[in-house]
Amino acid sequence: MFRNQYDTDVTTWSPQGRLFQVEYAMEAVKQGSACVGLRSRTHAVLAAANKAASELSSHQRKVFRVAEHAGVALAGLTADGRVLSRFLRSECINHSFVYESPLPVSRLALRLADKAQVCTQRSWKRPYGVGLLVAGLDETGAHLYYNCPSGNYFEYQAFAIGSRSQAAKTFLERRFEKYNDYTPEQLVKDALSAIKETLQGEKLTSSNCTVAIVGRKDDGTMEPFETIDAKRIQEIIDSMEAAEEAPAEPSAMQQEEEGTDAAAPMDI
Amino acid sequence: MEEQKWDQSMGGFNAASRSQMAEAAAGGEESQRTLYPYVTGTSVIALKYKDGVIMACDTGASYGSTLRYKSVERIKAVGKHSLIGGSGEFSDFQEILRYLDELTLSDHMWDDGNSLGPKEIHSYLTRVMYNRRNKFDPLWNALILGGVKMGPKGAEKYLGMVNMIGTHFEENHIATGFGNHLAIPILRAEWREDMTFEEAVKLVEKCLLVLLYRDRSSINKFQVAKITTEGATIYPPYSLKTFWGFSHFENPAQGAVGSW
Repeated sequence: MFRNQYDTDVTTWSPQGRLFQVEYAMEAVKQGSACVGLRSRTHAVLAAANKAASELSSHQRKVFRVAEHAGVALAGLTADGRVLSRFLRSECINHSFVYESPLPVSRLALRLADKAQVCTQRSWKRPYGVGLLVAGLDETGAHLYYNCPSGNYFEYQAFAIGSRSQAAKTFLERRFEKYNDYTPEQLVKDALSAIKETLQGEKLTSSNCTVAIVGRKDDGTMEPFETIDAKRIQEIIDSMEAAEEAPAEPSAMQQEEEGTDAAAPMDI
Repeated sequence: MEEQKWDQSMGGFNAASRSQMAEAAAGGEESQRTLYPYVTGTSVIALKYKDGVIMACDTGASYGSTLRYKSVERIKAVGKHSLIGGSGEFSDFQEILRYLDELTLSDHMWDDGNSLGPKEIHSYLTRVMYNRRNKFDPLWNALILGGVKMGPKGAEKYLGMVNMIGTHFEENHIATGFGNHLAIPILRAEWREDMTFEEAVKLVEKCLLVLLYRDRSSINKFQVAKITTEGATIYPPYSLKTFWGFSHFENPAQGAVGSW
């Protein structure tokens, strides 16, 4: 962003009351590939756009199961994210060991936020360069939290982080008010659509996205946090595309003509 | 915050224990571990019924063979969903109530719609009791934890017990102390699923009466408590009618031939 004299130390305030190192850490989140999260009353879905370092390598793992009832999707320095996932898993396990019940999601998000805050107030530490979408289920229903490197956390109905996340956010903003009553299938489809917005023209396939879901069915049984397998994702993507193409047919000819004159894809 | 509570209940590092440790290190080792119980409560019995859990015990606390205290409440409500009943060393029971107080207070202060249910409290107590036993400094109690909490599949009743060595289990009916020997056989024979409150009280009174007759540390002053989805109720103490008019009690020395 800008070089200035107050950004060397995380423990140095700027005259405007800002901690630049913390803000720079939040920039790191924006550079990571996109993640979206959304929830209904009973289910929470996380989806991530898979980015591979090169064509030869596998893609980075961005969605982690933290406990049977919760998981995270992260954007930013994935190494920091791995370490934080380990912390979250350990917190959940310790709570289950003492209380034999799942750690409520709000309390999990708070512990993560407190850990992040410590790094903003020690001169020998640096903030974690990763933003986490924490999704989980507890006795009060499904929850989605966003934890950022500053130590702040908020609860969301739907959210997107990472690069080109604004496109996903715009998509979600138009639709989130209905999410409380969405079925899990509808949530997954919207998550995939939101990720598609961030791919910017690239075709959405099961190999460039990961989707996970956690929730409670109507009969009270729990669906533990699990990544949906690639085959099923591809089926959902295919059914979404089929539904899109059907009504679009009559105007297909018109669109094709416009397409040749259209400007280059927008850089969001 | 919760780690601090954990530390405290583990006999953590405060001023008192530091001086103990210093003394031990210096060689003048004074035993500060629990060796014997002093003021003790006798049996507690509990059983699940239609609306929740019912628990009962007498209100006495003995000092060895002396019936020292006769108005002691050995059943208390914990949080919104549970009851705890304790037999054994009464001061240790009070200490446990203090730990549970801190636990339920911080749970309440979260104000996030989540609350500790009976299962969580039972599990917590099990960890405390077992860890203390491993340090050879037990809380000399047998605790019964009963409660009801609304879950995704409706009201879930819970009844469990944990004792000073950390043995713990869940059951439909539980008793501590002499109750294990005198009340459990009755409960096993006569307990049914979904008893009404009146039926449950009758069954409990039957057990309490046997304990009154046969346990020399019990007194004729009882408290019954119940926990339902509406909350905990601890009824005021009352006594049971006893019958001593057996023919053998008249002229008891009749068959005893003595030298004077």
